[in-house]
Amino acid sequence: MKTIFQPKNWFSLLFLALLILACKTENRTNSTSNSTNDVELNKEQGQAFIQDDEATPNVLNIAIGSPDHTTLVAAVQAADLENVLVNAGPLMVFAPTNEAFDALPAGTVEDLLKPENKEALSNILKHHVTPGNYDKEFLKKFKKLGQANDQNTTVEVKGDDVYVGGAKILASIPAGNGIVHVVDKVILPPNE
Amino acid sequence: MNNIKSNFKLKQMKKISYSVMALFAAATLFTGCNQQGSANGALSSSAAEKVYVAPGEQDEYYAFLSGGYSGNLTVYGLPSGRMFKEIPVFSQFPTSGYGYSEETKPMLNTSFGFVPWDDLHHPDISQTNGELDGRWIFVNGNNTPRIARVSLSTFETEEIIEIPNSAGNHSSSFITENTEYVIAGTRFSVPVPQRDMPINEYKGNFKGALSFISVAPETGRLDIKFQVLMPGFNYDLSHPGRGASHGWHFFSTYNTEESNSLMEVNASQNDKDFIAAVNWKKIEEYVNNGGGTKMAANYAHNVYNDETHMGTTTMKKEVLTVDPTEVPGAVFFLPTPKSPHGCDVDPSGEYIIGAGKLSADLTVHSFTKMLSAIEGEKFDGEAYGIPILKFEDVMAGVVRSGGLGPLHTEFDGKGNAYTTFFISSEVVKWQLGSWEVIDRKPTYYSVGHLMIPGGNSRKPFGKYVVAMNKITKDRYLPTGPEMEHSAQIYDISGEKMELIYDFPTHGEPHYAAGCPAELLRDNSKKIYRLDENKHPYAVTSPDQARVERSGKEVHIYMSTIRSHFTPDNIEGIKVGDKVYFHITNHEQDFDVPHGFSIIGQNTSELLIMPGQTKTSIWEPKQVGVWPFYCTDFCSALHQEMQGYVRVSPASSSLPLSWSLGE
Repeated sequence: MKTIFQPKNWFSLLFLALLILACKTENRTNSTSNSTNDVELNKEQGQAFIQDDEATPNVLNIAIGSPDHTTLVAAVQAADLENVLVNAGPLMVFAPTNEAFDALPAGTVEDLLKPENKEALSNILKHHVTPGNYDKEFLKKFKKLGQANDQNTTVEVKGDDVYVGGAKILASIPAGNGIVHVVDKVILPPNE
Repeated sequence: MNNIKSNFKLKQMKKISYSVMALFAAATLFTGCNQQGSANGALSSSAAEKVYVAPGEQDEYYAFLSGGYSGNLTVYGLPSGRMFKEIPVFSQFPTSGYGYSEETKPMLNTSFGFVPWDDLHHPDISQTNGELDGRWIFVNGNNTPRIARVSLSTFETEEIIEIPNSAGNHSSSFITENTEYVIAGTRFSVPVPQRDMPINEYKGNFKGALSFISVAPETGRLDIKFQVLMPGFNYDLSHPGRGASHGWHFFSTYNTEESNSLMEVNASQNDKDFIAAVNWKKIEEYVNNGGGTKMAANYAHNVYNDETHMGTTTMKKEVLTVDPTEVPGAVFFLPTPKSPHGCDVDPSGEYIIGAGKLSADLTVHSFTKMLSAIEGEKFDGEAYGIPILKFEDVMAGVVRSGGLGPLHTEFDGKGNAYTTFFISSEVVKWQLGSWEVIDRKPTYYSVGHLMIPGGNSRKPFGKYVVAMNKITKDRYLPTGPEMEHSAQIYDISGEKMELIYDFPTHGEPHYAAGCPAELLRDNSKKIYRLDENKHPYAVTSPDQARVERSGKEVHIYMSTIRSHFTPDNIEGIKVGDKVYFHITNHEQDFDVPHGFSIIGQNTSELLIMPGQTKTSIWEPKQVGVWPFYCTDFCSALHQEMQGYVRVSPASSSLPLSWSLGE
C-alpha cells in the first residue's frame, strides 16, 4: 500500500482527480441544460420492450419471429410503431410477406424507409391494422374494415379465399393481443 | 531495498498498484459518469422536487379517483400520489362496516333488493357559476344504475338514487354549471317499460333514457326531475355546456345502427354516429308547464342522515318521461365520426369534442355554428323525428393527432386541450382554435381517462394532468397476474408536458375529479357532536347503557370511551336470539374512532367515529362465554378494551344482566 504514495504515482492521482472534476462539471451543465426536460425517456421503452416468455406472443413478436416478414419488421421499426403493436388492442394485422414488398415498384421500400418519409410509411403500415380480432372465417361477415389510419379497406370473398384490400390471406396466426393474417400484397391506402 | 530481490518485489508492487489505480480510475469513470447518469437524474431530481411533499407537509390538490369495479371512490393528494382514503359508495366495506352495519345497509337497497357492489365510473364535483364549489362529489354506479352523492365535509356517501329505465349507467354523473342537475345517460338501451319481448326486435323498440336528476341547492337532495326517452342508441359519455352553452348537455352515442348482437362489428357499420345535443332548459320549461308523461316505475332512494347516523330507503313509484319529439327545438343530432367515446366541452363552452375511439382524429363541433345551423334549419334528415344537423355546418375543426384511439379530453384553461389515446398509449396536447398538436408524451400503458383539477369546468387549474392507465405490466414490482392500474402525473405548467411521477391506483379508475386543497381542507369534519346525536339507539352518557329484550330480539345500548365498553359483561343472552349491538362512541377528539367486533359475527366489524352510533347484528349459535373487542388501536390500553357475552341455552331462564367493573 505504501507504494501508492510514491511520487511516481502522484501524476495518476492528479489525473484521477481531474477526471472526477471533469465529470462533476459536465454533470452540472447537464442538469442545468436539462432542467426543463422530462424524466429521461429511452426510445426503446414501453410495452414492446418488456421481457415476457410466459404470455402468448403478441402480434409484434410474431412478425419479428417470422423469416418471411423481415421487410415488414424493418418498416415497423423505422416508423417507431413497435409500441402500438403490443397494445391491448385487440389488433388484427395484415402482414405482407417480403415477397409482397418486393413486388412493389423498384425503390419504393427504400424510399419509404428514409427518415423523411416516416409519416407516409406510418400511414401505410397503419392501413394494415384493424382494431379487432377476427379469424378468416369470421372476416367473411364483413364488407369493409375500418383501418387504424382512419381509412376503410374492402373485404371480398372468392371461393374459400378472403381478400382484404385486394390482398389474399395466406395464413393466420392467433396472437396474445389479436391476430396476424399473412397476406400476399401490400395494401395501399386509397387516395382520398 | 538494495538487493535485487527487493527491487523485483518493488516492481511487482508497482505493477499491482498501477493496475489498482487503473481499476480505480475505470471505476471512477463508471461511477462518476453513472452518477451523472442518475443525475440525468439531476433531471429526475428536478422531477423529484416537483412531486416531493416533505414529511408533515400537505399536498396542493385533492384528487378523487373512481375505483371502477371496487365500487368505491379513492382520495389522493397531488402531486405526491399518496392515497388518503377509500370512500365506500356502492360496495360493502368491512374497513368501516359500510353496508354491513344496520345504519348503512339501506344505502345499498335497490329495486333488485340489496345490491352490495357496483362499478363506479365518473366522479364530478359540484359547481357554482361553472366553477368547482367543493360541496359534494357525485359518482355513478354503472351496473345497477345508481347515482350517489358524497359529502366533501364528512367524505361519506350521503345519498344514492336508483335510475329506472336505464341500464349501464355510463354517460353519468355529470354536473351542470350551478349543480342544477346531475345527468345520467344510459349506455344500454332497453325496453321502456321493461317487458318480455324478443331481443331481435330491439331496433325501433328499445329506448335510451337520459335522466335529469335535480339537486336541491341547500341539502343536495336528489330527485329525478324528468327522463328524456331517446332512440335506442348507446349513450356513452356526456358533458354539460358552460358559459354560452349552459342549458345544453351533450351526449356521445354509438350503435346508432341499433344492433343487438356482435356489437364490435355491427355497431361500427356507420361512418358517423351522433353527439346528441339536449337543450335541458327547454325541456325543464316544458315539464314545469305540465309537459311529459308520468310512468309507473319502481326505484330506490336511499338517504343517510348525519344526525341520526342512519340511512333510510324510500321506494319511488313514478317517473316523469319526455318524448323528445314533443318538445321542438330541444334535441338535435351532430354527426360525429367513428363511434365517439369521450364527449368533452372546453372551459368557454364553445367547443364540443368528440373522440372517435377507432379513429386517429378528434372532431370538434362549434356551439355557435350549431346554433346557426339550427336557426337556419339546415338539417340532413332526421332520426326518429330528431333533426340531424349537417356535419360540415357544425364542425369547427379536426385535430389530426397522429395518435390512435382517442378517448378523453381535459383542458388547462390556457387554451390547450389534452387528449388520451388508448392504442398509441399517449397524452397529446393540442391547441383549441388552431387544432395544432403542441406536444405528446407516452403513458405507461394504454391510458383511459385523464384529469386536470377543474379540467371540465369554466376554471381549470392547469398545473398537473394525471393519466390513468388500463395496463401496468412492468411499471412496479410484479404482484402476480393481477396488478393495480398505473397512473402518471405530468407537470403541464410549461409548453411541454413533463412526466414527473408514477403511482398505482386502486380498482380501475375511470375518470377522476380534482380541486385545490384549500377548497375542502377547512370544511373537513373532525368529529360528530355527541349532543347532536339523534340516533334512536344512542346513549349520550354511560349511565344510559342498558340491555333490553323484546321476544328473541335483544338490544344492547353500549357506549365506548378510552379504554372500555359500557357494559362489558352481559349475561342472559340465549342461543337463537338476535342481538343488536348499538354502540355510541363517546370520544369527542379528532381521529379517535373505536371499533367493535364479536366472535362469529356474520357481518363485519364496525368502525365508529367520535360522536357516532353504529349497530351490528349478532346471532349467537353456540352456548358459551364469548368475547368482543375494539378493533381500532385507540389508546395505550387498547388491548384491555374488551368484554364478554354469556350465551345460555335457548331454554335458559337466566335473566338479562349487564355491568362494568363489578
